[in-house]
Amino acid sequence: MSFALSSRTLAAAPSAEEGFTPPGPGDFNLPPVGPSDTFEFLGQTMYLGVTKPMIQLVLAAVLVFWFFYAAAKKRSMVPGKLQYAGEGAYGFIRNSVGRDIIGSQDFMRFVPYLVTLFFFILVNNIFATVPFIQFPTFSRAGMVYGLAGLSWVIYNYVGIRKHGFGGYMKLQTVPAGIKGPMLLLLVPLEFFSNLVVRPITLALRLFANMLAGHLLLILFALGGEYLLLHGATLVKPVGLLAWVLFVAIAFLELLVQFLQAYVFTLLNAMYISGALADEH
Amino acid sequence: MNPITLAAEELNPLVPHPVEIVLSLVVFGLLLFAVKKFVVPNFEKTFAERTSAIEGGLEAAETKQAEADAKLAELTRQLSEARHEAARIREEAREQGATIVAEMREQANTEAARIVEHAHAQIEAERQQAVTSLRAEVGTLATSLAGRIVGESLDDEARQSRVVERFLADIEAQSSAGNGAR
Repeated sequence: MSFALSSRTLAAAPSAEEGFTPPGPGDFNLPPVGPSDTFEFLGQTMYLGVTKPMIQLVLAAVLVFWFFYAAAKKRSMVPGKLQYAGEGAYGFIRNSVGRDIIGSQDFMRFVPYLVTLFFFILVNNIFATVPFIQFPTFSRAGMVYGLAGLSWVIYNYVGIRKHGFGGYMKLQTVPAGIKGPMLLLLVPLEFFSNLVVRPITLALRLFANMLAGHLLLILFALGGEYLLLHGATLVKPVGLLAWVLFVAIAFLELLVQFLQAYVFTLLNAMYISGALADEH
Repeated sequence: MNPITLAAEELNPLVPHPVEIVLSLVVFGLLLFAVKKFVVPNFEKTFAERTSAIEGGLEAAETKQAEADAKLAELTRQLSEARHEAARIREEAREQGATIVAEMREQANTEAARIVEHAHAQIEAERQQAVTSLRAEVGTLATSLAGRIVGESLDDEARQSRVVERFLADIEAQSSAGNGAR
């Protein structure tokens, strides 16, 4: 939070006498690291330049690759610690997400995608807790939309390639064993839920969890600080309590970070498996 | 400070930053490519090698076990064969021994019978000889007795009996002398 908080406290400092300004979405719009400019997009003023979450994104990719490359390259029969950890991490997604959900026939094609997806999201999420970084990359909606869109393209693509366009549409929109006028009601519903809503819920789930968790942390940290510095003598202990809760919520956030990465990957696997299914 | 506070007030967090969409896709794509190219094949190769190593080890162990079993069966068979052989030889020896003993006994019996017969024959021959010689002697004695009787006067009764007595005593003396000589 160092960066977010420092910029935030700087911004809030002059208005401290006027009262407490609660944290908001503005805290997630970090100014660029280098030279900056702004531009208009969809009615919003945006920074043009390299921002902290962008650097985090690249850093996460480098870390994930570095770890797995180092773990995989030795290829010894009896693995050392690093290789063991890498194999465990890789095997966890490969077997419990890939093979168990997509099925042993097709899953190998998707293992690289699922493994990359899970660990990329996981590392980016954990950045929210890593000291001196402390910012969840995926609290930026744009970062998540890209990944969610990619997953939509992938599961639809593999489905259409396997069943043909017509077959795939039938698979995704016509529930098995239903005939007659009920279809008029169900087909649009299925279409909407399977082909339209999925990427949106996928993106919002991850993005909103990361945003809300971080917002909560900022609130407890700043609120505690404000109560300690500007509160009446009687409320000052409440500021300390807020900081204790801050630590507790930070631990809860660790769980959420892992779960959101896992859920995102798991749902990807389920969508792919649904698209490849022979029948409902 | 103003652009920040302005942006903060109007900001809708759902509206994406376009650069971020592109950047996340590019970075993810590069990472995916690198993982697919350099990480997954290595892991899969390691897994496959490990699986085959374990399976190979199991197979080798099974082969060894089968070999050991076969060897054990062979040895057991040889052992039981040897036992049979030994029993057979012992049986044969016992039979042979019995045969030999029986033969020997028969031979001994035969020999004994032969010896007994021989002895009988000898005894018979000696008896015959004795009878012959006795007969000859008795004849001679009878002749000499008859001569003496004829030679002496036979009128006197006393004399007669004396002569006979003397004759018998002679015979006795003669026979006892003959017995002592034998």
